[in-house]
Parts: sequence; structure tokens; C-alpha cells
Amino acid sequence: MATGVEEQAGGTSTVREHMLDNGLRVLIQEVHTAPLATVWAWYRVGSKDEAPGLTGVSHWVEHMNFRGSTNIPREKVKGIIEQFGGYWNGYTWIDQTTYTETATRDALDHMLFIESERMGSCLYDPADCESERTIIISELQGGENDPDTLLDQELTATAFRAHTYRHPTIGWLSDLQTMTRDDLYGHYRRFYVPSNATLVIVGDIDADAAMRDVETRFGGIPSGEVGRRAQTKEPQQLGQRRVTLSKSGTTAYLKIAHHAPAGHEAEFFPLLVLDAVLTGAKGVNLWASFRTPPPQRSARLYQALVNTGLASGVSGSIVPTQEPFVYTISATATEGTPLERLEQAAVAEIDRVAREGITPQELTKAKTQLRARLVFENDSITNIAHQLGYFATIARWQDFHAMSGRIESVTLEQVSQVATRRLSPVSRTIGWFSPADE
Amino acid sequence: MTVVHTTGARGLAPSREVLANGLTVICKRTTVTPAVTINASIRAGAVFDPPGLSGVAHFVSKTIDRGTTTRSADQIAEELDNRGVPLAAAVTRQVLSLTCTCLVEDFEAVLEQLADIIRQPVFPDAEVDSRRREVTTLIRQDEDNPAAVAVDGLMETLYGYEHPYGRRLRGTVETVERIDSAVLRAFHQAHVSPGALSLAIVGDVVPQRAVEACSAAFLSWPASPAPAIDIEVPAPPGGRRTRVIPMMNKAQTDIAYGFTAITRNDPAYYAYWLMNHIMGQYSMGGRLGDSIRERQGMAYYVYSSLDANVAPGPLMVRAGVSAANVERAVASIDAELTSLVTDGPTEQELVESKQYLIGSLPRTLETNAGIAAFLQTAEFFGLGLDYDVRVPGLLQAVTRDEVHEAARRAVDPSKATVVVAGPYDGSLS
Repeated sequence: MATGVEEQAGGTSTVREHMLDNGLRVLIQEVHTAPLATVWAWYRVGSKDEAPGLTGVSHWVEHMNFRGSTNIPREKVKGIIEQFGGYWNGYTWIDQTTYTETATRDALDHMLFIESERMGSCLYDPADCESERTIIISELQGGENDPDTLLDQELTATAFRAHTYRHPTIGWLSDLQTMTRDDLYGHYRRFYVPSNATLVIVGDIDADAAMRDVETRFGGIPSGEVGRRAQTKEPQQLGQRRVTLSKSGTTAYLKIAHHAPAGHEAEFFPLLVLDAVLTGAKGVNLWASFRTPPPQRSARLYQALVNTGLASGVSGSIVPTQEPFVYTISATATEGTPLERLEQAAVAEIDRVAREGITPQELTKAKTQLRARLVFENDSITNIAHQLGYFATIARWQDFHAMSGRIESVTLEQVSQVATRRLSPVSRTIGWFSPADE
Repeated sequence: MTVVHTTGARGLAPSREVLANGLTVICKRTTVTPAVTINASIRAGAVFDPPGLSGVAHFVSKTIDRGTTTRSADQIAEELDNRGVPLAAAVTRQVLSLTCTCLVEDFEAVLEQLADIIRQPVFPDAEVDSRRREVTTLIRQDEDNPAAVAVDGLMETLYGYEHPYGRRLRGTVETVERIDSAVLRAFHQAHVSPGALSLAIVGDVVPQRAVEACSAAFLSWPASPAPAIDIEVPAPPGGRRTRVIPMMNKAQTDIAYGFTAITRNDPAYYAYWLMNHIMGQYSMGGRLGDSIRERQGMAYYVYSSLDANVAPGPLMVRAGVSAANVERAVASIDAELTSLVTDGPTEQELVESKQYLIGSLPRTLETNAGIAAFLQTAEFFGLGLDYDVRVPGLLQAVTRDEVHEAARRAVDPSKATVVVAGPYDGSLS
């Protein structure tokens, strides 16, 4: 039976945590602001868990897990949530694979039914595996139409020599062409076990009743073990790296990556503040943050690159991850601006902040921005549930609630230290997309 | 001055007030987060670009917040950033909009600043010159993006290169070169006025407070007439038109396939809405998704969209496929559309789409930004303050025959316009 492990006040209401006997962690939060409920099912498996030859398998498995299960024939997949006006989706990234439904609250048991089926009994029909292969290759090629995506892929592969964060989540083309149905099914069966998952329910629901429904739907799924996870640590980078893509196009792009701390490390928070000073605060919600532009007009890199006309846009990307990932600054060169000049201006600002740190006014502004962002990015049950599950998967869910306090306590000294340590030229990787016909 | 509260027993029941100078304020109080979304919608979209000078409205959206008679661009940036408020300026064919979300305690101050930006921008030469480089880069990026090239190509072919719907919203490198501070000021002078502006304010402020703040910030702005525009839509083509735009440096081909459709105020709108949903939206892309993605595994995305607007916007099918599958994908679109025209929707499809669209309303209206966008659409098309309550009935009333008739009226593959952009240089029929 389920045991209540912990309860913690979080924001406006209480998060209840339970652990089923089979190891499934369940987080439930009642939010009664709209007649809606959301479910997110999270698995601790992403592209970092993939060996050579099988890159992209986690994402492909995600696709297959929408292709029918023992009790939901393939042709019945659609309609279950739609009849409640609901939205469903899933995504895969470096640390995680996750599935979500948001619909009117009376759909809750249907959502739990779908997720229990997904965890226990997906079909992996060989013909569907083949059909999904071409869909995913189409997804990859659609991404490759975008020079920015291409450059990001190359930059990450250059910044990481050993860690599996180096390959793109969608996988390398040759792996997508050769992977077999058994590869997919084996990956699914290994990682889709209750002890490797977190189920999050948020919305206009009764927590006790929801927990009973969870017990009914998931209690019977056998426990299992993922087994040993081999994971190479990235050795320290000892010198600046550079990659230049030369392909026909109209526009030049610059990216600069530095190795970043993991989401649970103390240094993550001063780096978050530092990024707000350089490019404007994004917040920490991978699902919502990119939908709203950051407040960045007065940010240092915006002033140095965009206001001067060197770039048409600049952005920073610092995301909480399970293991140390990269902090990436991206800029698009304006027509006629040589990449050398853009790089020079960007590096000058990065070196300056590494040398001199930030001002007290900038610290105050960055904290205000991040505080506002944390409010804005938790404006729906879907977003709240995403954040609980996201942090439960890459660290601990309590870290989500601790976020604002940890940001508030960041000092000038800490920002200065993280700038010096993390933005050093030796841990830097610079990427150019330089249009070949330029 | 009185604030009129709509006292609907159900639904959003927003309040709406027209100030003495013609500015409309729509408010809805919510208490989910200590934040307020301000959505300013101005009837000054790209359809008002002067003939031969496409891209002016878009350029205005890029420069309107770059300095006013009382604040420099840096001051505006500093004030907004200090409060953590990103101001998003965007332009569509019809509307120029400025949207932001702020904490409740900053509401009056942010609204005052927004009023300054909307009322008295100065478009300084230096800012205009550096934003021109940004706009030119955006245009050049579009030219390298098969999806943008295919859609632009379809709009040009459907409406004509100089038509308000056919010309490019961002303009061309050549037109943008000719847009200067004087052009931007003239556009602002002609099209940004109290009567053209509606403000939707959604968040933890009571309507009285919102209206008072709007009055303080906007009431001294004198009324001036907001020009209207008649948009004629070309007659449908006599036959099928295809256009191939080879972009051999790309990995995937984009298809844009469409027709001119209807206006938003056409009585058949709800039948069209359901028809489009069944054709290319429901679940993973309706019938088109079932065929092209789910059964044939040809595309990661395939869907249709309907832009019923002031003038008849397009009904458009979009798909991204490998170059080897272009002909097969277009043939599949033809087949699915033909079947919908011939047989109409099934009763089950109609029920499912109605259930979905009606059931999705609470989700659409969950966040402040979602509510504000919904209220602005209702205001723009004059749908009424109780539109959210009426939508379910309007959709429920649509019959299968009406959807079938909408398909017959809107869709004819033999007269479709088909544009393909990407690593494909074959000849389509």
C-alpha cells in the first residue's frame, strides 16, 4: 500500500508525496483555481542514458509510447483526452522523458489510466516502429533546416568529449536508420519501471481520492530495477575549443558555451543571476520560459551586441540539469557584420564580467527579474506540475520550492566567483555558423 | 464615470468601459498569481502599410518602445527590466499589439509607461537605423527558412504580391531600406489613436482600479478618427496553381497548400471552424494527420489552419516532408480533402470535434495571458462580453450538413494553390 512519506507547504498549497510499494513516487497538489487537472509522468531516462549506436532511442521510445498498449488499441489512443477538451504531449531531453495531459478535472482517471498503460504495457508493433522511424527522421531534418539548431548540436558535441550529453536528443541519423524494434523495446522495458518514475497530479481534485485512484491504476505494476547506469564524467576542459560550420545560408550565427554546474550545485544560483545580468532572466521552467521573451533590453550583452547593431538578437541558456551541462550564449549577426567582430564584442563583455563581477544594482535587478519570472512561470497547473516533476527527476522536487530562497541569498561575491571560475577562456567553446556563400 | 460590470452567472463576465476619448478598457479580475497581464491591441496592423512600402507596421513594432518624448530608449529599458517586465510588441495583418505581465504592485507604473510608449514614441534616427539591421536580418532568415518561404509564397500566390494579405508582413530588404523615422511617425500619427486601441487587463486588480489607472494614463490623449480599410479578395483561380521554390541546401521540404476562405463574421464561421478542425487539427492533425503522419509515417508535422478575419483569410494545409515524398504527400492531401468534400464528416467526427473545442475552453482561459488574448479577439470581432458563455451553444448548433457544405464551399483540390519550398526541384501537378 501507499505510504505518505512527506508533506511540505509549497507556495499556496501543500504538496503531498507518497511512495507506492513498487517504488513509484507520487506528488499531488490541490489547486482549485480552474476546473482542470493535469498529470505528468516522468522517467529518469534521456539522451544521456544512450550508448553509441543507440543515440535517439529515448526520444523514439517516447514516440512509440503513444502508439497503443494492451488495453488501449492503437486506433483508440486519440479521443480519450480530447473528449474532455484536453491537451496531451510528451518530450524527451538529456535527463528525462515525460508525458502530460491537461483536461477538465473529470478526466483525471482517464489520464491515470493512460499513464499506467504507458508505464506497463506499450505494444511496439514492428510496423509502427518503422512508421515512427520515418517520422523521426522527418523531425530531425526539419530541425536541420534551422542553422541555429545545427550549430547548437555541433557546439554541444564539441564542448563535451566524453559525457553522453554530447549527442543530440533526437540522435544521429545513422542510428535512427539502423536501430531495431528490439533495441527500442529493450530500452523501454529497462527504464519504464515504477522506481524510475515520478507521477505528478495537480489541479482541482481531491488529493485523497486521487491517491486512491493512483493506487488502483499503478499499484499492480511490478517493481523493477534499471540496474547500473554507466556514466562517464566529463574531464575538465583545458583549453578553448572552436567549431565552424560552413553551409549555404543567409545569416551568420555565433554561440559561446561554458561548462556549467548541475542544477543541485550551489554555484547554479549565482550563475542564474549572472545570466540575468548578461542576457535577461529566463526563469527555470523548460516548458514555459521560452514562450515569453526575457526582460533584457538593459542586459549587458543586449546592450553590447544588439543595441550596437552587431546582432539582431542575443540569448542565454542556463537550465537546471542532473549533471553539469553548458551555459550557452547565442547571437545572430546582423546582415554584413563579420562573425569576428561579433565574437570580439561578446567575448569582451564575458571577460569583463569575469574580471570585474557585477554591480549591486545589477544584483538587485537580476533578483527582481528572477522573482517575477518564478511567479509568471507558475501561472497554470500544467506549469506547476511540470516544475515539481522536473525537479524530482533531475534533483529533488523540494529544490523547486527552495529556488526563490536560494536566488535571494546569492551575493555579489558569489556571482563574481562563479564568473571568474565558469567563464574562463579555457572552459570556453566557440561555434560559428558562417554562410558559405557569404 | 461608471464601470459597467457584466453580471453573468457563469463565465468570465469581464467588465468593459469606453473612455471619453474612445479607448476601450476590458478588465477581468483573477487571483491565481499576484500578477497582471496588460494586453494593448491597436488596429494598426500590416494591412495599413502604405502601398509599395510593405513592412512599416512591423517596423513600428520594433521601434515604438525605443524612445518617447519623455523617456530615452535606455530609460524605458531600465525601468521595465528593473521590474522584471518583458514588453512584447508584435504585429499581425490586422493588429499591432503590446503585451506584458507585471507584478500587481507595479501595475500603475507599468501602465503609465506603456501609455507613454503608445502615445508619444519619437522613433529616433539612430534607433531606427540599428533596428533596420535587425529587421533586415529577420527578413534574410525568413528567406533561408523553407517554412516561411512556402507560406509567404502561398500568400503571394493566393492574394497577389501587393495585396494587404499577399505582401510580406516584414516587408523586403528593399522596402525596409526606404523606411525611415518620418515614415514611422506618419504611420503612428495616422493609425495609433484612442479609438483604435483596446486594453485588456487581466489579473489581481479590481476593474475600478484598472479603469482609473487607464483614465489617468490615457484620458488626456485626444480622440482622432481611426481609418478603416476595405480589403478586396481576388476571385478564386480557375484551376490549380503550383509553385516550386528549390532550396537545395535544406534537409526537408515544406508544403503550403490552400485556398481563400471566409471572414470571421460570416454566418458559416462555426461550420468552417469545425470543418478545419476535423480536416487538420483534431488530436494529431485530424484526417490529414491520420493519413500522412500516423498511417504513412511521412511527416513530423501536418495540419491545417483557418484564418477567418476581417477579410477572407486563408484555409491552409501545412506539412514538412522529405523531398522524396513531396508528390505522395500532396496526393494524400488531395485525397483527404476530396473525401471530406465528397462525403462530409462522419457524425462521430463532428461529435468529437465539438466535445474537444467546447471542453478546451477552461484550458484556454486558465492563465491571465490566455484570458486577455481571448477577450481581445472577442472585442476585435465584436463577439460580445458573454462570448465565452455562448461559444458552446454556437458550436453545438452546427449540423453535419453545414460542415459538409463548408467543405464543399471552401475546398476544391482542382483549384488549390500549392507551394513547395525545400530541397526539391521536381515538377508538381
